[in-house]
Formats: sequence, C-alpha cells, structure tokens
Amino acid sequence: MKSAFVCVYLREIRIARRIGGSGSMGVVFFLTLVTITPFAVGPDPNLLARIGPAILWISALLASLLGLDRLFQADAEDGSLDQFHLSQTPLELAVLAKCAAHWTTAALPLALAAPLFGLMLQQDGAALLGVVASLLAGTPALTLIGAIGAAATVTLRRGGLLMALLVLPLAIPVLIFGVSAAAAAAGGSVPFLTPFAILCAISLAALALCPFAAAAALRQL
Amino acid sequence: MTSAHRPHADLHSALALRVEGLCVARGERRVVENVGFVLAGGETLKITGPNGAGKSTLLRALAGLLPRSAGAVALEGAGEEEVALQTHYLAHADGLKAQLTVAENLAFWADYLAPAASAQDFSARGLSVAAALAGVGLAHVAGAPVAILSAGQKRRVALARLMVAFRPLWLLDEPLTGLDAASREKFGHAMREHCALGGMIVAATHEPLGLDEARELRLGKRPPGAAS
Repeated sequence: MKSAFVCVYLREIRIARRIGGSGSMGVVFFLTLVTITPFAVGPDPNLLARIGPAILWISALLASLLGLDRLFQADAEDGSLDQFHLSQTPLELAVLAKCAAHWTTAALPLALAAPLFGLMLQQDGAALLGVVASLLAGTPALTLIGAIGAAATVTLRRGGLLMALLVLPLAIPVLIFGVSAAAAAAGGSVPFLTPFAILCAISLAALALCPFAAAAALRQL
Repeated sequence: MTSAHRPHADLHSALALRVEGLCVARGERRVVENVGFVLAGGETLKITGPNGAGKSTLLRALAGLLPRSAGAVALEGAGEEEVALQTHYLAHADGLKAQLTVAENLAFWADYLAPAASAQDFSARGLSVAAALAGVGLAHVAGAPVAILSAGQKRRVALARLMVAFRPLWLLDEPLTGLDAASREKFGHAMREHCALGGMIVAATHEPLGLDEARELRLGKRPPGAAS
C-alpha cells in the first residue's frame, strides 16, 4: 500500500495533468509579464541586464499565485476536504502533499522556463544560473506561504484577490533574498551563497511551519 | 455481494455509538439541541424532520466536522480511536474528482481511508474497487472519467466508497438522492449487509430507507411560526 502522502501527491499530479493548462498557463503568464516589462522601462540593454533578475522574480511571484486560490477550494466544494478530516492521516500531511504537487506542476515549470525568458532580458550565463537556482530554492516558500492564504480564503467564492493580498506581504522576504541571490550570481560585491543560504532557510522554515498553519485554517471551516 | 470474505466482522460487533446531550450552534443559533441516543452494533437510526431542522448539522457534528458546543459522542468498544476514524461520512458533495476515472477515485479513497493497520492486516480493508463497483452496478464505467457520469451514477460511485474501506459507522446524508429503484434495492442490500457485520448506520432522509428495523429520531419539533 502506498503511503498517504504519495497517494495525495499522485492524485493531485494526475488531476493537474488531466485539467491541462494550469501549469502551462502559469508559464505563459510568466512570459507575458517578462515580455511587457521592456515596453514599460524601455529597451536599453544595460538597464534590462541590471533589473533582469528582479523582473524575472516579480513575474515568477505573480505567476506562482495563479491557481493557488483553487488549492483547497476544489476539495472543499466537492467534499474531499471532509474526507481528509476523517482520515487517520494528519491533515498537515495532506496539505504538504498538495503543496508539493502544486509546486511540481505550477512552480517548477516557472523555474525551468526562467533561463529562456532571461535571454530576452540580456542576462548572461551566470545570471541565468543564479535566477534558476534562486527560483528553485525560493518557490517552495512561495507555494507554502500561499497555501496559508488559500486555506484561509477557502470558503470565499471570489477569494483569489483576498488571497493575493494576504500572501504578497508575507512573500516579501522571499523576494528580497531571491533577487539578491540572483543579482549576486550576475556579479556584485555580495557572494552568491550569502543571500542564497538565507533563501534556503526561509523555504525550510516555511516547510516546517506553513502546513500546520494551513491545516489549522482548514479546521476552522 | 457476499459477506463470507470479511472475517473481521466479529471484531466490530461489540461496538456502540453513545451520544449524550449533543448541542451544535451555527453562529448565534442553536441548530441541534440536546440530542441523545445509543446505537448498538447492527442498528440503523433514521433521522427525519423538516428542511432546516438540523439533520445535516447533526450528522456533521457526529463526524466531528463541526464543533460541538455541548455533549459527548463516543464510539464504545473501538479502543482509543476517535469516532472520526471509524466513520464514513456521505453528504451531497460526494468527494469525487471529475477529471479522474471512477476507478482512480475509488482507489484513492480506498488507500486514504483504510485504517493504518490494514497494510499488514488485509482483512481490515474493504472490498476491492472492482467488487465495490460491481456492487453498485457500475463495473462497466470503471475506466470512464467521473465528469461524464449522470448525477445518479455519481451517487452510486460515492456509495461504493463506503465499501472500499471498512468503517463501522456510516453517517449518510440523503443517501438515496438521484438513485433509481434498482439502485435503491442494491444499496438497501448493502446497508443490511453492513448491519449484519455489526456496523451502524445513521441516515438523514425524507424517504423510506428500505430497512424495516430502522429506529427513527425526529428533529425540529418547534411550533409552527417559531422559525428562529
């Protein structure tokens, strides 16, 4: 028998694949944000090279919010959430499995697509690697923090906007150290590892805390 | 369906559900007031009452899905385990994912709801997915996505979920909604078999369950006009 974590994870992956588009929609939204920025700030290559990591990170942050509001809402509507409550598997574990699946289908494609889009922003090889590494390390924290917002707004019919308002302030530390790490990789006075280690620490702390917070919010329904 | 391959039946026959002074409030309003009953293994309790009498609320509170403002719910003879872990809860929302096939949905709940010990103890598991689907007459749609099923067929898949993981207490909220006569017959048979195994059923319904020996609990004896 598979463990409950693997069961939920595979189920979510399967659903995401059947729905189709939820992962690729995030990547397309990411591409759109990256594409429209030069229209706003101008096509100066030096400027784009300097603010490129920040643009990539902000775009990834906004794109990772897409679909996050449905993380628990679909389960609440179809009654699956009631069944999760009645299992001997802790709700926290189900939350963690759902976050892991959401990260795999929605955030991982963003990190993998980032170097392609980074080319449009005059990023060199080292900077591209830095962006990918910082996104891989930072997006788990974004997903997990987002899960708290998704759980808190699960019963609201149009909870997506409220969720974004709740989540974005909490995501500021991730953004700060994510952009610092990406920028440090591109060159600068700070060694890459300093902000990167803090970014990893934020993700690990989110991994330890957020499933409990989200599950506590879901129990208050 | 036969009961011959469920050797764990005796295990649960000594169970009893004891509910004392149960009150549930939703907001300021007390929806369920001072409900108490004892249900022994093999018995069925039918909860009746007008719309808004608190039938669904009572079932959710019994399952532990709603906080109880007063009273106690205990499953005697189930050891240390919580009532929730011994309970199947079936309501209007059936817990099925439209994108997954019927068999995938059931296999997931079989794995997820089966008691933890069942990894070693095969007998504590319920029917196989195929057997449960055959029991509700849906073996032919096992590979179809739930999205294309009719409302009645979805209901029957949800009923099959009760059988893929054995749990002694069934809490059913309007279980017969959308079922045709043949399906009601089949589900009546499944309920009788569950009771024969020592299981208990609490069902909120407006319709006859097809069980002769069901006890009845009537909710909402307010005088007309006193709606609040």
